[in-house]
Amino acid sequence: MENAKIKALDFNFYYGAHHVLKNVSAEVIANKVTGIIGPSGCGKSTFLRSINRMNDVISDVKVEGKILLDGKNIYDPEMDVVDIRRQVGMVFQKSNPFPKSIFDNVAYGLRINGIKDKYFIQERVEKSLKDAALWGEVKDRLQKNAFELSGGQQQRLCIARTLAVEPEILLMDEPASALDPTATLKIEELIHQLKSKYTIIIVTHNMQQAARISDYTAFFMLGELVEYDLTSMIFTNPSKKITEDYITGRFG
Amino acid sequence: MTWNPTASYTEPEYGIGAMIIGTFMVSIGALAIAVPLGIGTAAYLSDVASPRVREIIKPVVEILAGIPSVVVGFLGIVFVGPAIAKVFHIPNGLNALNGSILLAVMAIPTIVSISEDALKSVPRSFTEASLALGGTKWQTLARVKIPAAMSGIIAACMLGMGRAIGETMTVLMATGCAQAVPHGFLDSVRTMTTTIAIELGEVPFNTTHYYALFAIGLVLFIITFIVNMISEMVLHKYQKVVK
Repeated sequence: MENAKIKALDFNFYYGAHHVLKNVSAEVIANKVTGIIGPSGCGKSTFLRSINRMNDVISDVKVEGKILLDGKNIYDPEMDVVDIRRQVGMVFQKSNPFPKSIFDNVAYGLRINGIKDKYFIQERVEKSLKDAALWGEVKDRLQKNAFELSGGQQQRLCIARTLAVEPEILLMDEPASALDPTATLKIEELIHQLKSKYTIIIVTHNMQQAARISDYTAFFMLGELVEYDLTSMIFTNPSKKITEDYITGRFG
Repeated sequence: MTWNPTASYTEPEYGIGAMIIGTFMVSIGALAIAVPLGIGTAAYLSDVASPRVREIIKPVVEILAGIPSVVVGFLGIVFVGPAIAKVFHIPNGLNALNGSILLAVMAIPTIVSISEDALKSVPRSFTEASLALGGTKWQTLARVKIPAAMSGIIAACMLGMGRAIGETMTVLMATGCAQAVPHGFLDSVRTMTTTIAIELGEVPFNTTHYYALFAIGLVLFIITFIVNMISEMVLHKYQKVVK
């Protein structure tokens, strides 16, 4: 495929004795939304967390194969994990703002990168909040604690916080699973707007959501990448029986 | 300022000033040593140490809390005192600094144990969020975990402070018990608790001296009450910010 931002090559992941991901090979296209679907425990979140090496924080894991980011293997011992994570932002399933003010939450990523220029930080915070479609709702209470926001707002705040460090890739792990339909719609609209600037990979339990927002869809099952194609193909004309069974709701 | 209740040739004096100064010097000195060490150890145990190292160090630190104060005081006389005398070229190492060091040793287990629990109970999602933004382990600890655990850490330090102010035997043995206003940490001091412990057994019943000792006890109670109240207020304020 053209313009591959991320390439997984025979990627295997073990958690203790458990073989979670089996020989996953895939290419993720730049500036597109790639959805990952599959039943619980199929390894889709693990795959997502492998792309920014978030699994490093868990002990007793083993990795084989490669994941190339712009052609460089992120599991190369010489790669700096911190650099990778600055390039690959992540939004988690449950919104997890810091117990700080709204402003400080968004500014956090900038400050830990050593940016001290107050004016620059202010501008970037405003821009990130605007990009995350949250600015209008919080511009008068930036110094309020982030926990005072609603669940949907908190999740958009987490997106804004991730955007503030200007990553190239956005990983989203079921970002709307804990939200009501209105808040979910807002997040989905946001994803649409963001894909012009970012390469987005989103794990979702919700097949309609995958159909609505993603350009490509990958179907995982028991740690294997079963099928990976244009979303329109996967949902209308899947090449494998098991994919069809899953998307038509016969199991999972 | 002067405490001299048994003066024979002059009027007896019942000044509590020197004791209050002594008590605060020893306690604050102890906190100045114990807080950085305690929080540092807690952070090391919760974030840096391998599980094996943690399993060895944590019980050892907690056993420190079980050492009787008279033993700590003994160590102060035998080891810390001579060491201080040598380092600062003074004839005698029984002074406020000695008391502070010993009290720090006694307060550290409390501070380490409670701070470590507080750091451990910081949700993993905070840590992950920080790491995912490109934070290093150290930045995550200093800017996210410690602030999030601050109410627990403050509580730990206040409990440590409580122990330091109320401790009697160790300071009695190690600080030299001079009844004078100290001019620095290398001067001998006498705390309120020490005075009560030394004199209450010997004092004639129902004399001014007898009641003066009870007055010291009352002042001590008021001070600990105020310290606890302040810590409660700080804690409350912090929890509001965090919640």
